[in-house]
Amino acid sequence: MTLALIVLIPFLAAPLMPLAARAGRGVCALAAGLATSLSLVLLLADAPAAFAGADHRWSAAWLPQLGLSFSFAVDGLAFFFAFLILAIGVLIVAYARFYLGPADPVGKFYAYLSLFQGSMLGIVLSDNILLLLVFWELTSLSSFLLIGYWNHLPQSRQGARMALIVTGGGGFALIAGMLLLGEIAGSYQLGDILLQGDAIKASPLYLPALVLILLGAFTKSAQFPFHFWLPHAMAAPTPVSAYLHSATMVKAGIFLLARLWPVLAGTDAWFLVVSLTGLATMAMAAWIACFKDDLKALLAFSTVSHLGLVTMLLGIGTPMAAAAGVLHVLNHATFKAALFMSVGIVDHETGTRDLRRLGGLLWLMPVTGSLALIACAAMAGVPPLNGFLSKELMLEAAAGTTYLGLPWLFPLTAVAGAALSVAYTARLAFVAFVLGPRHELPNHPHDPPVGMWAPVAVLVAAAIAVGAWPGLAEGFVAAAARATTGGALTELHLALWHGFTPALAMSLTATVGGLALFWQYGPIEKARAALPRPEAKRMFDAAFDALVRTAERAIAATHTQVLHHHASVAVIAIAAAAGAWFLLAPHAPGDRAALPATVPAVAAWLVLAVVAAALVLRHRDRLQAVILTSVVGLIVSLTFLQFSAPDLALTQVSVEVVTTILMLLALNLLPKETPAETGAGWRGFDAAVAIAVGLGAGGLAYALMTREVATISAYHVAQSKPAGGGTNVVNVILVDFRGFDTFGEIIVLGIAALAIYALLDSALRGAAARRLAAMRPGEESRDAHPLLLVVATRVLLPLAITAGAYIFVRGHNMPGGGFIAGLVVAIALIMQYMASGYAWAAARARFDAHLMIGGGVLIAGLTGAGAWLFGRPFLTSTFGHLRLPLIGEVELASAAAFDLGVFLTVVGTVMLSLATISRVEERAEGPKPPPPHRAPRPRRRAEAEPARSLVPTEGG
Amino acid sequence: METLVASGIGILTAAGVYLLMRRRTFPVVIGLSLLSYAVNLFLFATGRLVVDRPPIVGASAAPVDPLPQALVLTAIVISFGMTALIVVLSLRGFLESGSDRVDMSSPEDDAAGVDPSFAEERR
Repeated sequence: MTLALIVLIPFLAAPLMPLAARAGRGVCALAAGLATSLSLVLLLADAPAAFAGADHRWSAAWLPQLGLSFSFAVDGLAFFFAFLILAIGVLIVAYARFYLGPADPVGKFYAYLSLFQGSMLGIVLSDNILLLLVFWELTSLSSFLLIGYWNHLPQSRQGARMALIVTGGGGFALIAGMLLLGEIAGSYQLGDILLQGDAIKASPLYLPALVLILLGAFTKSAQFPFHFWLPHAMAAPTPVSAYLHSATMVKAGIFLLARLWPVLAGTDAWFLVVSLTGLATMAMAAWIACFKDDLKALLAFSTVSHLGLVTMLLGIGTPMAAAAGVLHVLNHATFKAALFMSVGIVDHETGTRDLRRLGGLLWLMPVTGSLALIACAAMAGVPPLNGFLSKELMLEAAAGTTYLGLPWLFPLTAVAGAALSVAYTARLAFVAFVLGPRHELPNHPHDPPVGMWAPVAVLVAAAIAVGAWPGLAEGFVAAAARATTGGALTELHLALWHGFTPALAMSLTATVGGLALFWQYGPIEKARAALPRPEAKRMFDAAFDALVRTAERAIAATHTQVLHHHASVAVIAIAAAAGAWFLLAPHAPGDRAALPATVPAVAAWLVLAVVAAALVLRHRDRLQAVILTSVVGLIVSLTFLQFSAPDLALTQVSVEVVTTILMLLALNLLPKETPAETGAGWRGFDAAVAIAVGLGAGGLAYALMTREVATISAYHVAQSKPAGGGTNVVNVILVDFRGFDTFGEIIVLGIAALAIYALLDSALRGAAARRLAAMRPGEESRDAHPLLLVVATRVLLPLAITAGAYIFVRGHNMPGGGFIAGLVVAIALIMQYMASGYAWAAARARFDAHLMIGGGVLIAGLTGAGAWLFGRPFLTSTFGHLRLPLIGEVELASAAAFDLGVFLTVVGTVMLSLATISRVEERAEGPKPPPPHRAPRPRRRAEAEPARSLVPTEGG
Repeated sequence: METLVASGIGILTAAGVYLLMRRRTFPVVIGLSLLSYAVNLFLFATGRLVVDRPPIVGASAAPVDPLPQALVLTAIVISFGMTALIVVLSLRGFLESGSDRVDMSSPEDDAAGVDPSFAEERR
């Protein structure tokens, strides 16, 4: 459990950061620091287990069907990376407290940082590769937020977007690769996969899996040719760069290569691809870094180069090289984080990071300068600093590597890379800190507060300690290296002095060569400037723009914004596919005995045919179309009644009433006639399409109805009474067997009603409101609220509500239920709006429709959740019988409470939809000059209340 | 009977599709309503046509398949929600733009498509 907590604490802390920031910047930083330290303490508590190589893991099921589990494990490698993430994380938190300016929102910064930290910890501690993928994507997303933290700067946004596209794209490949890997191993648990190295390497899927996984790792770790995103990510605040590019983000790819080393490394494919990619990246990036004048850009390319170095070591495939790679991860994290922070201090104090303007800073800011110089020495591999240890091991590994029969390729390129590394480090160290002081700096620099340089000092101390006393880190690195190599590494002995070895000679050559390059920097720079250089960002932007243009062209060509085109294409495509299938497949008439046609049925069919024809031919008269549509609805409900579906008939007929009212209300505001716009040609085309579809639908229905098919319904009928406690099977299915569907459906209904409210509420302002005000009512009855209708609806209201209650209560056993009862009650209420006007009815409405929708969904949801209290799944129903005096035995089912929720939602939905339209209507009818035959009235409200005397009410 | 119901479904589908392809919002809404009827009837028909055997336990020896009925019941109510939303969308669109055309057409078309009755009202 503590393993999961290590990962979860940063995620839990993230949302608290903006809150903590309200109490002050220091409090927020302190909170972030405490969270990080807490994770670190928990991690350290696991150290003995990790070093002993014990099987320390924790797991909880997440989606067991998919093989996805929430499981974490810690071994030497995971501990190594998690320690770096958290230890450097604490330093970054402290540093950022002093780095961020007064205008920077600290809460947002620490929230993003915590998210990112949690994601990184998730990657290194996951024991399930699907879970690892989730965290992998989370690092892409959270680093996007961090890189784009200064989102007012265009280069921040572009850098963040580029990083997201490159690493996110690699993430896609990685997902595919990991799925293949899990497929080969037969498990997604990392522990299981790591045991199956031989089976995986022998599998025919090994190569595709390897390529895809490497794509993911190389994009994340900025390996050539995907290195270009990293320098642009430098638009981030310096603490972010220091964190992402030393210990975390870019090391995720390295971690993955190390993690999967036992199962992927050792083959020719691995060696040929990984080692060469690393070598090329190391040399190329070091070359570019030499010529960067922006300190952060220089460090960025240096980071790429060092990542290449580690990749190359892992690619060589020998246990010793892999151990050297692990050691260099530690060393690089310490000196590179220290250097990034130093550069941040320089930028902070001088206002520039340009090498052409900086100089002699050592004398202006002695503490920062000294620390930076030591870190530089470590980066260049000067003994007795940690960089020297790993450089020696790297050169030794390169010296022993023969690539495709070329024994000189690796040693020579490695020496060149090391020399270039010395050269750019010398440039950084000497030009910025040691040589010629400049005086045209924007600010007068001095050492920053101790909180800003102390984290640098801690890292520099670590670099010195590891270098001078390699034994200190030996156990830590050896445990990680043993886990990396799957135990193949038997012994690791780190020492500064290995005697006169070839590696020592190569190291000396590289140092001398690098200093010579620095000496001759001017001429070399001129020569290089004359060479053509591919600009990665320009190529990326061009590719990006081309993609956007292609997409726009494709959209312009296919999306005509004409419904007719789209509907035709969709309908014709479906009809053609279904028709082709029908013609190609063998078919025979069905064998189910048909029911004999009756005279009423034939009559209803004839009415339907005539009405449908009239609708098609005369639909332009809209009022008539509404009336004809309601006739169709009536025939449909009669059909339901005829074929043993009383519930459906009741529902259909009540929905019909509501729909017709709705259409009429809307039509009052819409044009009353559809203009004739389409020519005979188009009409003929549409008719042909429609007839084809109609024939298909009718034929399909006929084919279905004339065949018997085995269904699952026998279960529902048999269990309705014993399990659901009701005899109306349809209602029991709705509120019990398939209650979750119904729950979703009432939510959809409620959303539709709220959308209607939102659409029309805002129509009372702006252009729509002006149009409404300009409307004149069309031909309408002179008496807007006929007395007869007013009286009838008010008398009917209590009756209708009683009927609704009756339908509701009996619904579980007889036709009825929440849906139908809700519709009946809603109709009765709506009638009040129709008869007496919106203002009159709205003033008397006791229940807010919004409240009814929300309450209904809530009641249904709580009823469902109630089952949890008894340890049963969501929506498990129960029922019992209660004996009441006078009434007799009453059945109480929890499903009835669910049905009440359905009832309330339906009433609320109908009321809100129709009442909102009525309200808009009322606005359209607004204050107008009274008809000539009536005496002018003082207030409009009185006009809306013609029958007020009938019902005595309070107020005016 | 089966022939009558099947052809009824076919007629409603055809009329619905034809109206769906009109150029103004109101016929499209009516077309969608007709299509909803057709689809609901079709779903209902998957339970086969049975007379006088409602899905009530004890009311008949072999009740009709209740599952399609339950599905159609919610479908009817959802169809109402959908129709209401589309009607209101078209209403708002008309109030906002002064035209009830379905298509997102060019400004010239819009100018030509403004409903004459509305233009009259404005005067």
